[in-house]
Parts: sequence; structure tokens; C-alpha cells
Amino acid sequence: MANYSIFALARNALQRHRNWPQAWRSPQPRASYDAVIVGGGGHGLATAYYLAKLHGMRNIAVLEKGWIGGGNTGRNTTIVRSNYLNPESAAIYDHALKLWEGLSQELNFNVMFSQRGVINLAHDEGEARELRRRIYANQLAGVDAEWVTPTQLGELCPILNLDPNMRYPVLGGTLQRRAGTARHDAVAWGYARGADRLGVHIIENCEVTGLIIRDGRVEGVHTNRGEIRTPKIGVVAAGHSSVLAAMAGIRLPLDSHPLQALVSEPIKPVMPTVIMSNKVHAYMSQSDKGELVIGAGIDPYNSYAQRGSLPVIEETIRAVVELYPITSRLKMMRQWAGIVDICPDASPIISATPVDGLYFNCGWGTGGFKATPGSGHLFAHTLAKDAAHAINAPFALERFYSGALVAEHGAAAVAH
Amino acid sequence: MLLLECPWCGPRSEEEFSCGGEGHIVRPLNPDELDDAAWGDYVFMRRNAKGVHFERWRHAHGCGRWFNVARSTVSHEILAVYRVGDDKPKVAP
Ligand SMILES: Cc1cc2nc3c(=O)[nH]c(=O)nc-3n(C[C@H](O)[C@H](O)[C@H](O)COP(=O)(O)OP(=O)(O)OC[C@H]3O[C@@H](n4cnc5c(N)ncnc54)[C@H](O)[C@@H]3O)c2cc1C
Ligand SMILES: [Zn+2]
Repeated sequence: MANYSIFALARNALQRHRNWPQAWRSPQPRASYDAVIVGGGGHGLATAYYLAKLHGMRNIAVLEKGWIGGGNTGRNTTIVRSNYLNPESAAIYDHALKLWEGLSQELNFNVMFSQRGVINLAHDEGEARELRRRIYANQLAGVDAEWVTPTQLGELCPILNLDPNMRYPVLGGTLQRRAGTARHDAVAWGYARGADRLGVHIIENCEVTGLIIRDGRVEGVHTNRGEIRTPKIGVVAAGHSSVLAAMAGIRLPLDSHPLQALVSEPIKPVMPTVIMSNKVHAYMSQSDKGELVIGAGIDPYNSYAQRGSLPVIEETIRAVVELYPITSRLKMMRQWAGIVDICPDASPIISATPVDGLYFNCGWGTGGFKATPGSGHLFAHTLAKDAAHAINAPFALERFYSGALVAEHGAAAVAH
Repeated sequence: MLLLECPWCGPRSEEEFSCGGEGHIVRPLNPDELDDAAWGDYVFMRRNAKGVHFERWRHAHGCGRWFNVARSTVSHEILAVYRVGDDKPKVAP
């Protein structure tokens, strides 16, 4: 398949863009594969890409019950950063951030990665102290982080309300300059196209309805398109992880909740960076189309219904209008939810299970988009070698029995 | 948005309540004898059911009392409201 380039663009423009080749095939499932990935979100597709590219596993398939990227990958607010507190987390998220930095070249697909910086606001002394502590921890772990004063914040983002008499005044914030945003759909499409070119089967409209397990080993999956045999299964199903685990008789430390976001009508550029606030729970950025992209919190109860409740949206809008008064007259165009898999320590799970050949990559909860390339890269290693990579070893299920949790409630507090 | 029926105060908006997550998780009676696996299962592992979910709620901005709810996590339909200590009610999935 042809590479995308300026020449290909010119050639296709002359043909009125009618002859672009399909970016990935739609194959019929084979009777068996060397490995099967369940879930065609960014993480599942990245896993397949690195399995094929780095571990020579090309007789593999990604099974997706809907369309690729139709889950949280296509529903998130695209913030990418690595300023987490613990060294284990800084390692895994910064591993991903480094891969983001070369991803468009790697995939020959423009993922529109934009390092426009991410700011976390402090609204009281306690929060300011905690955020400074995180800056020092980040610097020790080799992750860029700096403190910005209210004056600097005003220069970075003129629409931010810096009135000291606000209910929750802005006292300063942290800035990670290497952080930013990316185009979520492009990440799914780019990995799908890359994996497809290496021979991976990407099978959409294929729902896994059961796992075939004998003598403690996986032997295949039941799907709505028939049975598929395989000795190795990697489940990357985000909000539906517990449902797949139940098919193997396993419980996971996860709860599924809706997480909501909304976008405004498009306006001229007013927001050159990403700003998040834990305290009032709101975060905002601006897409290249001009829409303000606003993230809300999770609904407080378990749900698999892909819609959120209005009280949560109301609370977010209240905070956004106070922080950015110019938004008070903007129309909101769309609001939606994705089902996120919340883990008790706010850290992910990349792990083997008590069933031989069955692996899970889940628990990314409200903040896994940023980890997509790193998560796929490490999960591919774990699947191919039947052993964790040093970076994902601390994130095994084992930690819920040993007590070695990786608590990231501070760094993951605002749900994104 | 949910309309929940507090057993003591009657039907109220979901905003008056706080959700306490999965119910019927019984604290082990023999803590001294439990190994790490049993403790981990008790503290962290959840059914997280897609379908009927038995869960605890508290009427936080009302009478303050705890009670149980059986609710569908797909349609959000409230299938039963019952008191703490009661057995799981029989509900159609
Ligand atoms: C509103 C919102 C905002 C967010 N904002 C951010 C953010 O700013 N930054 C950030 O880092 N993260 C963010 N996140 C989190 C992020 O979206 C997720 O952590 C990440 O996208 C998970 O990727 P995934 O590939 O694992 O999941 P998904 O993209 O959800 O993929 C899982 C796939 O599995 C499929 N599947 C499920 N069950 C089956 C089955 N039985 N058979 C076959 N396929 C199945 C689903 O259809 C789905 O496509 C946000 C999430 C939401 C909902
Ligand atoms: Zn009450």
C-alpha cells in the first residue's frame, strides 16, 4: 500500500480524491490465529501493531464488537501528559510520551500531536503545596515540570479568570511543556493501517461472547461470527473488561462508570494550551476546528449505558463559566459519555491472569488515551514474551494482593 | 437522571444521594486466618455487573441513612429498593 506523502496528495488531488486506497482491509476471520486481541480501541490496535512490528507475530487478529475507535478512543478529550507522582507512573506515562513524539513519522499518519503544554491550577494553599511536591517528584523522575504564577498564567491564557475575589481564586499552577493534545481518531486509524500493512487482521462487528478455556489454558474465543481458536488472548476492552473477565470466571478490581465531555460551537482561537483544575473539576482546551473541548467528571454510580447524567454536566459548566467568563454565552454543540474502567489506585493493570495465555490490559479509567502508544508497546512485549516488561511489571494484578499499590489519585483527580 | 426512593423519605432526585458501590460484600468473620489472596479478593475484587447490580446508597442530603438498591447498569431501571441486612431480592434481569 502506498505511503502518504505530499506527492501522493498532489496525485490524488488531480484525480479529485476518488482513488485513495482503503486504509485497512476488512478480512473474514480465519479459523485460528497465533494471538487474538479483544477490543479495537487505540490500545488494542497499538498492541497488534507492535506485536507484528517488533515481535514478528503477524498471524494475529484484533476483534472489535463495533467499529474501531468507537469506544473511549473516539470519545476522549485527547490530553497527553506524563506528570504523574510515583516513579512507576512517571516511567510508564513518559515512555508513552516519548513514543508520541515520533508517532506520526512512525505510522506515516498524521496524529496531529501538538505539544501545546498542559497546566494544572492550584486554588488553595494545600493544593499549591501538593502540586509543588509533584513538580519536584517529576523533576527527580526526569519529567519536565515547572511552577507558573498567576501573572504568567494570564500571559499564557488571557481568557482565564484571575480575579482574586473568585470563590476559588487561582494561586498558580504547574506546567508541563512537552504535554498537549492529539487527534484521537487518527491514533486508531494510524495504528490500524500500520498493523494491517504488517498482515494483522482487523475484524470489526465481531463481538467476543465467550472464552474457550480447558485445563486452565485458553484455547479460543466464541464470537458472533463463529469460533476462533488461539493459544493467546489479550483483552483490551476498557469499560467492558469486567464482562470479559467474568467469561473466564475472574473478578477484577474495577468499576465501570460513564465519563462525560462536551464541545462548544467553533470560535476563533482563544485557548492556546490545556488547563485543568482538580478543585472545581473542569478542564478545557480548544480543537483545531475552534471548538472548546470540555471534560466533566464520572457519574457516581456503576453504569454501562453510554450516556451521562445531567447533574455532572451542570457542575462542570458552572466551574467553566467561573474560570472562563467568556464562555457564558457560548452554545454547546454536543455532549456524550464513554464507559471507563476505574481502578482503586487510579493506575492501570497490564497483567497475566490465573488462566494460562489470558492477559488483560485495563484499568486506565479516565486517563488512558495519553498512554496509548506506550501501553500497546508494553502489552505487546508482555504477550510475546509471556513476561512483563520492566516498565509494566509494577502494574500487575499481583499488587492487589501484595499491597504495593501505585496510588495516583492526585495526578489523576480531574477525570481525563 | 435517577429518581430514587428512599425507604424513609420517599422518591427524591439522585443529587440527594451518594452511591456506596457494590453491596452484600461481607467482612470476613475470621480475619486472623485470612491469607493475602483472600484479603485482596475481599478488599478489591468486584463483580461490576453489566445488568442487575446490587448496590448501597445513602440519602446523604436527607435522612442520612443507608439502604440497598437493585438497579440495571444498562437501562438504569430501579428494580428494587430494600433495607440493609435484607437478602438480595429476586429481580428479573
Ligand atoms: C469523555 C472522556 C474523556 C477522556 N479524556 C481523556 C484525556 O483527555 N486524556 C487521556 O489520557 N484519557 C482520556 N480518557 C480515557 C481514555 O479515553 C481511555 O483510557 C482510552 O481511550 C482507553 O483506550 P482503549 O483502547 O483501552 O479503550 P476503547 O477505545 O474503549 O476500546 C475498547 C474496545 O473494546 C471493544 N469491546 C468491548 N467488549 C468487546 C467484546 N466483547 N468483543 C469485542 N470488542 C469489545 C469496544 O467496543 C471498544 O472499541 C477519556 C475518556 C472519556 C470517556
Ligand atoms: Zn431518606
